[in-house]
Amino acid sequence: MTREEQKENILRLSGTDVRKCMKCGKCSGRCPAFAEMDIKPHQFVSLLAQGKVETLLASKAIWSCLSCMACVERCPRGVAPAAVVEAVRDTVVRMQNANGIRAEDIPPIVDELIPQQLLVSAYRKYNK
Amino acid sequence: MQRIGVFICWCGSNIAATVDVEKVAEVIRSEPGVVYSANYQYMCSENGQQLIKNAIREHNLTAVVIGSCSPRMHEATFRKAAEAAGLNPYMVEIANIREHCSWIHKDREEATEKAVILVRTAIAKVNLDAPLQAGESPVVKRALVIGGGIAGIQAALDIAEAGFEVDIVEKNPTIGGRMAQLDKTFPTLDCSACILTPKMVDCAQNEKIDILSYSEVEEVKGFVGNFSVKIRKKARYVDETKCTGCKVCMEKCPSRKGLNEFNMNLNNRTAIYIPFAQAIPNVAVIDPEQCIKLKTGKCGICQKFCGVGAIDYTMKDEFIERQYGAIVVATGFRPIKLDNFNEYGYADNKDVITSLELERLMNAAGPTDGVLLRPSDGKHPKVITFIQCVGSRDTSGCGKPYCSKICCMYTAKHAMLIREKYPDTEVHVFYIDVRTPGKNYDEFYRRAVEQYGVDYIKGMVGKVYNENGTLMVQGSNLIDNTQVTIPSDLVVLATAIEPEPSVRRIATLLTASIDTNNFLTESHAKLRPVESPTAGVYLAGVCQGPKDIPETVSQASACAAKVIGLLVKDKLKTNPCIAHPDEMMCNGCSQCANVCAYGAITYVEKEFRLGGGKTEVRRVASVNPAVCQGCGACTVTCPSGAMDLSGFSSKQIMSEVEAICKM
Repeated sequence: MTREEQKENILRLSGTDVRKCMKCGKCSGRCPAFAEMDIKPHQFVSLLAQGKVETLLASKAIWSCLSCMACVERCPRGVAPAAVVEAVRDTVVRMQNANGIRAEDIPPIVDELIPQQLLVSAYRKYNK
Repeated sequence: MQRIGVFICWCGSNIAATVDVEKVAEVIRSEPGVVYSANYQYMCSENGQQLIKNAIREHNLTAVVIGSCSPRMHEATFRKAAEAAGLNPYMVEIANIREHCSWIHKDREEATEKAVILVRTAIAKVNLDAPLQAGESPVVKRALVIGGGIAGIQAALDIAEAGFEVDIVEKNPTIGGRMAQLDKTFPTLDCSACILTPKMVDCAQNEKIDILSYSEVEEVKGFVGNFSVKIRKKARYVDETKCTGCKVCMEKCPSRKGLNEFNMNLNNRTAIYIPFAQAIPNVAVIDPEQCIKLKTGKCGICQKFCGVGAIDYTMKDEFIERQYGAIVVATGFRPIKLDNFNEYGYADNKDVITSLELERLMNAAGPTDGVLLRPSDGKHPKVITFIQCVGSRDTSGCGKPYCSKICCMYTAKHAMLIREKYPDTEVHVFYIDVRTPGKNYDEFYRRAVEQYGVDYIKGMVGKVYNENGTLMVQGSNLIDNTQVTIPSDLVVLATAIEPEPSVRRIATLLTASIDTNNFLTESHAKLRPVESPTAGVYLAGVCQGPKDIPETVSQASACAAKVIGLLVKDKLKTNPCIAHPDEMMCNGCSQCANVCAYGAITYVEKEFRLGGGKTEVRRVASVNPAVCQGCGACTVTCPSGAMDLSGFSSKQIMSEVEAICKM
């Protein structure tokens, strides 16, 4: 995939219109995982709009995002930063060829140590 | 058969770039009835109009079709030109090949084909046109101003100054509006009341101005120059002519739990009250929801103490009906409700307040006598955080999509005033953009930063939470790419403004158009900014769009100029394109009268000859030509097809449809 195709793909997976962002930073102002993220929620939106896909794919923040959706809830412009994070995470996982889990396979491997949000994220991902 | 001249305008490149104007003129030349056709760069120019006049004279034209911009732009221009050349102005038809064609199409060939069809349609119509004569209607030399805020006050003063009578209808017990609630005004920081109240007094003392306070517009009939308006004077239970404003009733009233609307509900008031010291009229009013006498029948203390016997518990709403030539709408705004924004904790924390509430907390006549004390415990706040764009520029559905325009400036004002008055207070402002276009506006904002040391943080607040009585304001600092949490004593929300909700009802009464945000629509965004599309209705202040005081005052004065220009005329030309019934076909069913929005149709008993010496009396429709606005509602309603519209007859419409269908 070319970089442009990758950008389009992430945009499609996220289902959000990054051009609507007015750069107010409310998403990052609300984010409970802000301190853990090397790329902040508002930067996910901004970097994707600029097509800086490599930076996004190299980010560690995709593993710190809690998928709590506070940023989505609070955005005054109807942009969904968490959906961008999700789309980038999805892309990274698919590139690693680690896309082998089906939703039906999940129950047997669930144990009490698996964080809830991982499950939530997984369901959201495989329901696309 | 008419002798028709067709004139195709290029409108510079507006039409000519997309439509092959020469081809249109060429093709149209062979249409039946067309004896002349031409195209020109700017038909509306002096030369273009001369071209039309010359052609009318040289070719003995009896009708003219212009292919140009919308008739809303230049129909009047071309009618005048035709009239100057001796033609009846109503023998001119416009084919809109700009807005309806060149501007909305890209393909030149298709656009040209469509332009030909549009011109052909106009030809079909003009063929059936008949000369019409405009009538005249008188102008009532009195204006109505709806809303008694600074916009309404200014408009009324200017109209009265020109010698015309004006009524201000204000729904609250006093005029003054939002400006009366403000503490200081930007960018000069002069006291709001000090500059407003003299104008209020001027209104009260001007013999041309009649203030109808605590009143609402109930019904509007008529049209430009001749509006008939029914006004409800709400029962204030105090005789306006007797009350001296001595306030003894307020001292004695035992019901003291009513929320003080003037102070943004930050304290309480008595059931009988005068909203503020400089109220106009300076007359008490009883809040029937709070008055013990009105609710239980027991009390009557105010009546007992009133020295002039002004209290009347039996008072009822009164209706008055007045005639006006023009109407100014100046209904103003209110801050939005913050129910959708629980992240700022407004409902849960007394010390999270709106900017208008802060105005009252800073005002010498406010609940704290002008000392800035926080509502929860009455202590001086040491750290104050402002949040801008609360509910503005919000397309998520929670707030308003527009910029409220005034918040950047009043936040800078508040920040500056606080730092001036209480230098030991720390002030932070969260902003998305600081928008300060206006004379001395950016300088004002920079003064807040540079001279007063206000800390502006580029970023938005994500949440406000209470931690042991301290408000924790967590937000972005986008310049530093950090997330900050500021422990604050007071949080001020620069709340979005919206049109006063009652404007919807007013707009319906006036048949004035309104946009999706409830702002009244102006006739032309640039060139007719104070006129409503409804003739004789003018717009001043925030009811038309967010604006600050200087802009509101300018717009109000502009309205006044328009109203004076209208009232100074003795007669207005009426539109001759009005309805008329074919009495032989009318069956007297009244359906047309029922749909007529202007009350122009009445029914008369008329005697008709049946032949053989017999006569019959039948009930038939009759249209008042001075009242009919030519909307055509009756023509489409009439089941027998008796009603028709001059200049837009059913036959003409059908021939237009035929011309479009004929390929």
